[in-house]
Amino acid sequence: MPEDKTIQELGLDEYKYGFSDPEEYFFKTPRKGIDPEIVAMISKHKNEPEWMLEYRLKALASFLDKPTPTWGGDLSDMDFDDIYYYIRPMENQGRSWDDVPEDIKNTFEKLGIPQAERESLAGVGAQYESEVVYHSLKKEWDDAGVVFMDMDSGLREHEDVVKEYFGTIIPYDDNKFSALNSAVWSGGSFVYVPPGVHIDIPLQAYFRINAENMGQFERTLIIADEGSSVHYIEGCTAPTYSSNSLHSAVVELIAKPNARIRYSTIQNWSHNTYNLVTKRAVAEKNATVEWVDGNLGSKLTMKYPAVYLTGEGARGEILSVAYAGDGQHQDAGGKVVHAAPNTSSLITSKSISKGTGRSTYRGLLKVHEGAVGSKSRVECDALLLDEEARTDTYPYIEIEEKKVNTEHEATVSKVGEDQLFYLMSRGMSEEDAIAMVVNGFIEPIAKELPLEYAIELNRLIQLEMEGSVG
Amino acid sequence: MLKVENLRAEIEDSGEILKGLNLEVNKGEIHAIMGPNGSGKSTLANVLMGHPRYEVTDGSVTFEGEDALELEPDERAKLGMFLAFQYPSEVPGVSVANFLRTAVNSVREEQLSPMDMYRLLQEKMKIMQMDIKFAERYLNEGFSGGEKKRNEILQMLMLDPKLAIMDETDSGLDIDALQVVAKGVNELKGPEFSAVIITHYQRILRYIEPDRVHVMLDGRIVTSGGKDLANQLEEKGYDWVRQEFGAGAKS
Repeated sequence: MPEDKTIQELGLDEYKYGFSDPEEYFFKTPRKGIDPEIVAMISKHKNEPEWMLEYRLKALASFLDKPTPTWGGDLSDMDFDDIYYYIRPMENQGRSWDDVPEDIKNTFEKLGIPQAERESLAGVGAQYESEVVYHSLKKEWDDAGVVFMDMDSGLREHEDVVKEYFGTIIPYDDNKFSALNSAVWSGGSFVYVPPGVHIDIPLQAYFRINAENMGQFERTLIIADEGSSVHYIEGCTAPTYSSNSLHSAVVELIAKPNARIRYSTIQNWSHNTYNLVTKRAVAEKNATVEWVDGNLGSKLTMKYPAVYLTGEGARGEILSVAYAGDGQHQDAGGKVVHAAPNTSSLITSKSISKGTGRSTYRGLLKVHEGAVGSKSRVECDALLLDEEARTDTYPYIEIEEKKVNTEHEATVSKVGEDQLFYLMSRGMSEEDAIAMVVNGFIEPIAKELPLEYAIELNRLIQLEMEGSVG
Repeated sequence: MLKVENLRAEIEDSGEILKGLNLEVNKGEIHAIMGPNGSGKSTLANVLMGHPRYEVTDGSVTFEGEDALELEPDERAKLGMFLAFQYPSEVPGVSVANFLRTAVNSVREEQLSPMDMYRLLQEKMKIMQMDIKFAERYLNEGFSGGEKKRNEILQMLMLDPKLAIMDETDSGLDIDALQVVAKGVNELKGPEFSAVIITHYQRILRYIEPDRVHVMLDGRIVTSGGKDLANQLEEKGYDWVRQEFGAGAKS
């Protein structure tokens, strides 16, 4: 059982969703790169109101003005001039899968989306390049007053609501990537759940990048009105090209008093994608927001879902699981800000690193003065599958209030020779033995997911480790 | 069924530990290997099962006609070898039930139905006087010494091996636990089951009767005999062995 050999034999980093369709598009920006002309072209193409164009242009100025951050992952290879910022694959959005062009439909068939829609979802949005190509919401939720549409339709059909909330949780100039997204955003979801409505099965959005050198900038806004609840799930994949793709989303969540939002992500971008995402939620009085964040793919992910607990008794929970294989860097974590009394939060982060993979936990826990009786707990565990793998932890904690209870715990463990020998002596192959240790490690997070997603998460991690099926 | 010839093995940093060991175990036989601390008993157990930390430099291990040294630990398990660990590893997040299911299916190379698996588990846990709830706990995490040993024997019953190597399974057990462990081994006793019981003390042999007893010293088996040899050891202690077979003495 020589170690070096078997590690290579595992054939890491083969990516199952690396296939691509031929590029035949309805509209594509005439050149790569970004400038006011490209931004105006996108806005005009979408027939947007004047205020949105102005917003985009302000955001563009902010993006160009801000330096590329150097505190996180290595972005030196990211060339913003080598990206197509807008591609519209088809003229009109499909209401049924039959309206969707064959190639694109086949792609989503391969990803299992239509089947999941039939079996276990309240609604589905499928975004291909810059636009949502298919959207549906089951009739019972439509009848209950639930709004679930792509963000562009949201802007057209509910302009007043969008204008009121858009960019209020994450201002365009929050960071370089929120500025970029605000300048060139396209697609994403707009969700509104009326007071007291509980959507008991998930809404799902699926994001697919197909073109080479493509940038996808979806924009999502979810508003759960008083006493309502919703579970929104997103998944993402892209083909494997030799050049880089960019995914930079902005997601804003608003949980009104007593509302509950759970937002789950299974990120499985190809290993040439930069995934630079800003996600932030506000939880008002007695509201709950939960981020369940699985990062398996991408070349570099920088993502720290945040919850601002602004109302008394609000609760925030962030469950983050990351897998960094050869050449990948998962710089992930979470942020919680306690800004009201008796608020509570829990951040649980689990990362797995293998080979040259690197995982970073970066988190902020802030308790403002006056947030008396607040409770928070941060727990981050890292698992290293071999000697070369690397993990770092940056847990920033700022406490301004004395009457609070905060706990922080961090562990690093390695899959040891003894552990593998033990499992192998019970008939398991080395691959199965490693998978068992890894599945056990993420069990605390997997058990929080609906069964089918927990299985999907385990399956994806196994695929990443085993190499694949293609 | 197991034939060990002139086995030499070493570990990085510690040098040679097994220095030309010979052992033959036939079908249906129970062998005890006794010896003082540091004589290489646990190394022998680990080498027989294929621990990657030990390097075999000479000699051979044949099991059921196959060259065991060419096989990975999982392949040895599939051939019917089993090692009850002295210090089994913890695997957090993996329940005993899940682990046993995976192990049984791996060794059998077929999928047992969930119902059959549950019945099998229930039956074996009863023999080991274990509560079925124990199966929901994470593997070896927070187990007491006795619970770990019981769990090892439970695995042995579930996997039903042809050869069980028990590495100081008796150490640290009180009399009650020792009897339960012995009951587990006696359960498997029969013409198709062999065992190598590695121990420092003679007391487990009161409950599991050995066909052969070997005394190990400095990486070799220095003398072998029947059950009486164990009694003799108990009386005279390992100093007697050292005087008789130690420095300079030929085996």
